[in-house]
Amino acid sequence: MSLLEIREVSRAFGGVVAVDRVSLAVEPGAFLGLIGPNGAGKTTLLRLTCGLERPDGGSIRFDGRDVTRLPPHRRAQRGLVLTHQVVRPFRDLTLTDNVLLGAAREFGRDPLRALATFAYRDRRAEAEALLARVGIADFAGRTAAEVPLGILKRMQIARALATGPRLLLLDEPLAGLNQTEARAIGDLLTRLHDEGLTLVLIEHNLAEVLRIARRLAVLDRGRLLAEGEPEAVMRDPAVRRAYLGEAA
Amino acid sequence: MDAYLTSLLTFVAINVTLALGLNLITGFCGQVSLGHAAFFGAGAYAAALVTTAGHPFALGLLAAMATAGVLGLVVGLASLRVREDFLAITTMGAGFLFLGFVRKQEWLGGEFGIPGIRPPFGPEGMAILAVASALLVWAAGIAVRRSWMGRIFLAIARDEEAASSLGIDTARFKLAAFLLGTVSAGLAGAVYAHVVQLIVPDAFGFIQSITILAMVVVGGIGSNLGAVAGAVLLTLLPEMFRFVDTYKLLVYGGLLILVMHLSPDGLVGIARRLLGAVRR
Ligand SMILES: Nc1ncnc2c1ncn2[C@@H]1O[C@H](COP(=O)(O)OP(=O)(O)O)[C@@H](O)[C@H]1O
Ligand SMILES: [Mg+2]
Repeated sequence: MSLLEIREVSRAFGGVVAVDRVSLAVEPGAFLGLIGPNGAGKTTLLRLTCGLERPDGGSIRFDGRDVTRLPPHRRAQRGLVLTHQVVRPFRDLTLTDNVLLGAAREFGRDPLRALATFAYRDRRAEAEALLARVGIADFAGRTAAEVPLGILKRMQIARALATGPRLLLLDEPLAGLNQTEARAIGDLLTRLHDEGLTLVLIEHNLAEVLRIARRLAVLDRGRLLAEGEPEAVMRDPAVRRAYLGEAA
Repeated sequence: MDAYLTSLLTFVAINVTLALGLNLITGFCGQVSLGHAAFFGAGAYAAALVTTAGHPFALGLLAAMATAGVLGLVVGLASLRVREDFLAITTMGAGFLFLGFVRKQEWLGGEFGIPGIRPPFGPEGMAILAVASALLVWAAGIAVRRSWMGRIFLAIARDEEAASSLGIDTARFKLAAFLLGTVSAGLAGAVYAHVVQLIVPDAFGFIQSITILAMVVVGGIGSNLGAVAGAVLLTLLPEMFRFVDTYKLLVYGGLLILVMHLSPDGLVGIARRLLGAVRR
């Protein structure tokens, strides 16, 4: 059974059809690269998947259950977690505190328990371990406002990991980074995948996606052009047209 | 104690209670409210109705907190449906609605309010009660700050969408903030009604709401200590300078804008920077 099953999902903004009857399945343990030209609807598709946008039509199943009508926090509670295209750190908090907030999921539906729970010492250690896991332990005590984008991108992954995701949706985690940094985060994602995490990755850096993703899906003007093994997808004439068209 | 000082202490404590309550909603959880005085008023009226009907003061207290809390949940629920930038207008509207309603109700005394509210204690006793209420809400504020609730409020205040992406039911926590803050206002209202012994609708209007917000902002938004400092300062200011009392809206509105521009974290922020400079 697929972990995520998107069926005939559409979303329009005014006259613009951002996502047009897209169907897509993600198997447990998959590492899917989602590519396509700017404005193709990639971000919208992931926002629909995690509940930050509501579809005009179609359905989304996660882990065998229909989540189409569930609000984002309920989907996150079930392990469907998105890291945003624009990094959204809590700027005045330290990186440890930022990651710590990922653990708020446990109290996320219960204000009374949240009020009654003071101790986060052991969780602080967990948060620091996650920072180490994404390779930025040295920055633990710095506030998010003080550190460069590359560090924030990693922090955002650590914070998402703190929620205990079963499917991690990453919206351009490499954007804005230089080649070395991008490669390092690519390696990090590969490691997370090897450890058993299921990933969907939107990425513009085609070379890097082809290096790390095991499957590829291509969106163009809201439509799913192709989906499958990376080499096969890249040979697809429709895909070549969309990409060469953009390059021209 | 001198009668004047006793009464001053009482009003300081009532305002501290109000400011700490609003700080939970606006300071910690980031939900602007321009109608906090309505919940203060709801508490005052509820308590006055109960005790003027001959019931014990404790029952009045409970009724005040329950009434204010229920109204707080209603306004909170309404605020969930509006975009963030309309929250100020919604809460302001709720304040005007409350005032308009009370003014027209004969059983609430209409424009003339409710007279003859008998205090359960003498002036000193009432001062102690007011201070105890303030301390109780202060303790609640510290508990919120130190617990996961405070962390979650902070996340919601900073970036609601990011918070919901982390599995936080932002609606539920916003309602919790409204509930805690408005129950505190109800408590303050009950004490206030039995101190002044005559309540009129005008005491719970827009000017009072702005005054409470100014206390929170001037003291340092999102800080319990700031709310206390702001409440003390803005209660004493009109006592020291009579003109402040006459031009309250102007002075407090001006202070609000000034502080937001010069030191968004208020007096507490200034103190923190001064301390930092001294240490260095
Ligand atoms: N909130 C929105 N309001 C209006 N138009 C939007 C909104 N979000 C996306 N769009 C439009 O939908 C299309 C797809 O956008 P997006 O999903 O961000 O594409 P991508 O991530 O592939 O670059 C674009 O034309 C964009 O302008
Ligand atoms: Mg995008």
